[in-house]
Amino acid sequence: MGKVTLIDRRENEHSIDARAVNSKEARELYKKREQIYPKLAHGTFRNLKWVAMIVLLAIYYVTPWLRWDRGLGRPDQAVLVDFEGRRFFFFFIELWPQEVYYFAGLLILAAFGIFLSSALFGRVWCGYACPQTVWTDLYIYVERWIEGDRNERMRLARAPFSLDKARKKISKHAIWILIAAATGGAWVFYFADAPTLFRAIFTGQAGVAVYLFVGLLTFTTYALAGTMREQVCTYMCPWPRIQAAMTDQHALSVTYRADRGEPRGPHKKNESWEGRGDCIDCRQCVAVCPQGIDIRDGDQLECINCALCIDACDEIMAKVGRPKGLIAYDTHVNVEKRQRGEQAGIRLIRPRTVLYAVLMTVVGAIMLFALLTRSTLDLNVIRDRSPPFVRLAHGGVRNDYTLKLINMAPRARRIRIAVSGLDGAHFIANGHSVEADGAIEVEAQADGVANVRVHVAAGAERGSHPIRFEITDTETGETATSASAFFAGNAP
Amino acid sequence: MADKIERDDHSGTDTTGHEWDGIKELDTPLPRWWLYIFYASIVAAIIYWVLMPAWPLANGYTRGLLNWSDRRNVAAEVQTLESSRAPMFERLAHASSSDLARDPELQEFARAAGESVFGDNCQTCHGAGGAGAPGYPVLADDVWIWGGSMDEIEHTLRVGIRSGHPDARLSMMPAFGRDRLLTDAQIGDVTEHVIAVSSARTRLPPDMRAAARGALVYQEQCAVCHGATGAGDRATGAPSLNDDLWLYGGSRAEIRRQIELGRGGVMPSWEQRFDAGTLRALAYYVHQMGGGEPDAGPPSPVAPAAGAPAPAIDQGQDEGATGNATP
Repeated sequence: MGKVTLIDRRENEHSIDARAVNSKEARELYKKREQIYPKLAHGTFRNLKWVAMIVLLAIYYVTPWLRWDRGLGRPDQAVLVDFEGRRFFFFFIELWPQEVYYFAGLLILAAFGIFLSSALFGRVWCGYACPQTVWTDLYIYVERWIEGDRNERMRLARAPFSLDKARKKISKHAIWILIAAATGGAWVFYFADAPTLFRAIFTGQAGVAVYLFVGLLTFTTYALAGTMREQVCTYMCPWPRIQAAMTDQHALSVTYRADRGEPRGPHKKNESWEGRGDCIDCRQCVAVCPQGIDIRDGDQLECINCALCIDACDEIMAKVGRPKGLIAYDTHVNVEKRQRGEQAGIRLIRPRTVLYAVLMTVVGAIMLFALLTRSTLDLNVIRDRSPPFVRLAHGGVRNDYTLKLINMAPRARRIRIAVSGLDGAHFIANGHSVEADGAIEVEAQADGVANVRVHVAAGAERGSHPIRFEITDTETGETATSASAFFAGNAP
Repeated sequence: MADKIERDDHSGTDTTGHEWDGIKELDTPLPRWWLYIFYASIVAAIIYWVLMPAWPLANGYTRGLLNWSDRRNVAAEVQTLESSRAPMFERLAHASSSDLARDPELQEFARAAGESVFGDNCQTCHGAGGAGAPGYPVLADDVWIWGGSMDEIEHTLRVGIRSGHPDARLSMMPAFGRDRLLTDAQIGDVTEHVIAVSSARTRLPPDMRAAARGALVYQEQCAVCHGATGAGDRATGAPSLNDDLWLYGGSRAEIRRQIELGRGGVMPSWEQRFDAGTLRALAYYVHQMGGGEPDAGPPSPVAPAAGAPAPAIDQGQDEGATGNATP
């Protein structure tokens, strides 16, 4: 192999001995994993990836430490998932368990978001924002810092065991584990008061669950970003498999412009470019690829569209004096059009992208409206089902209901409960005092749910009748209503 | 099976030789670490067989080296649970009903404990939520044969009805038909009278002449227990006949049948089965079902709703008929 490389070098000074791991020849039953040593790329997309990495990691690590004053006795963490108190705090928003539809809304938004981004720019999520990409990139950065770039790393891997090799390997894995621990450590801060938990973790005061999750996430971060890397994308992640449904022939994705590159082959200085393609087959695009693939084989499941091959190719094109963009964000349609000699173009505004954008706007607007108009008082009515109804000695029928008064305000309130919608329906006292106007008054604790079981009596007319409960804050007048049914069965 | 391994031109991968509707399965390589994880799973399974109970045998099962037993673990957990609840039951046993009324924590405990005990022991006859069944009184309504205050309910639970307990509650309705105490005609007349004094008269129009004859028989034979007007008597457990709730069914034939046969139900005495705390919890739960009456203490601050019939709490009533209570 060394000999071949030498010949290549003589013919093509930029050539490198890199082979795609998913090439047809490399396949066998139960494939042994082929280590990939991505070379450092320089250029626009590499810089974009550095920025994305720094911003996303910063958001992840800093968010739990942001404070938000919610008053005495309430958490002052800006973003907090409080499982014990069954609340979710997000800056000025406080969500209760029954409001999980906001999360459904968020998931819908996220789904349309990824549809839209896929329809516009292909797998940008995979290439720049996916945690697997971000952490793997960080881990490769550490690896490169300690062991050097591609060639040095390959040499080190082949080198016999030595003190220097051990030093490098141990320090690399040590830093990886530190990063992994910091990752797992940051995750638990989203679920408890960060400064308190931080102290507790280091003084051994935190609960078993905390250490368990830190340990688990440390292990998964280390295993996935450190050792598994591209295997996660290729064998574990479902996204590449449903990708085909998300993009179309107009979506921009990292594309080798075969129309311009072929026929490829080595090129000597001062040789004419006539009658040949711009690709000099230097394999720099393969060498920089963290997925270890050859983009010139076309769109592939393994490709995460990180565009590092674009940077690598652009650099070579500049060196050999050809225009940049042999590999670029482009579409299949354009490649085919250029091959036919037609004018290529990019269509970002298409029915598909417009629809996604409109749907996102609609869902976002609905959520915003719901959020701005949400009440701090809510009522759920649960009709008791056993028995479905009870006949009373002096005629009439009684139904029982369990009312859940949800007081989302941070203060105790006196709540008045009234029943309406059915003639003659009235509360029967059993543990509650019925007021002169037929209503019941109860105390609802601050920031909690009050369970009130009430008995309602009415005439014994057969069948099911609609009935309404209304609760009113006696001070502010805020109300909430809930509909239920009054059931008299087939009583005579 | 294909004799020759076929290669898919497009992907360059061999096929497995399996074909469905023209679609061939590619023999795509798996990563080797997957294979290793599969082997590791087999090893883990074998280790599990050795350590934990696993294989069924003719007369038992392999116990495993760790001597693990879920049954024993559950027994230990139940023991822990019971000892952790014991102090609350102790408090409950010594709490009067007015103590209970002032203590929300104790109320919540009594409600939960009572619900659980009721579900295990009472629900079979009295139905979920005290819905009752023909012959088994409805506990969720507003009528009580023996009294509906918490103390009365607890007493009924303690001694039972015709339970063999020395203080058991007894009510003896004679079988006027079977024992030939009354003639068929007299029974028919009394049936008409009973319907005439009950609020069932609107749905079962009585024969007024027969009812008038029956009234004389009633005063002789029935008024001793059920009272001259049919209002019933809690002291003897004689149900009220004035309402339209019938323990053994409210049709004309069912009412007549009760006069003929004089049936009476049996309820076990629970004094031996439950400690004082559990009995109190059960009494509280039954009282809370909806039909409970206040204790003979200060009157409850009940104000009738404006324009609506007064909340129906009254004395000496029959139990609810449930023959047609199921929709």
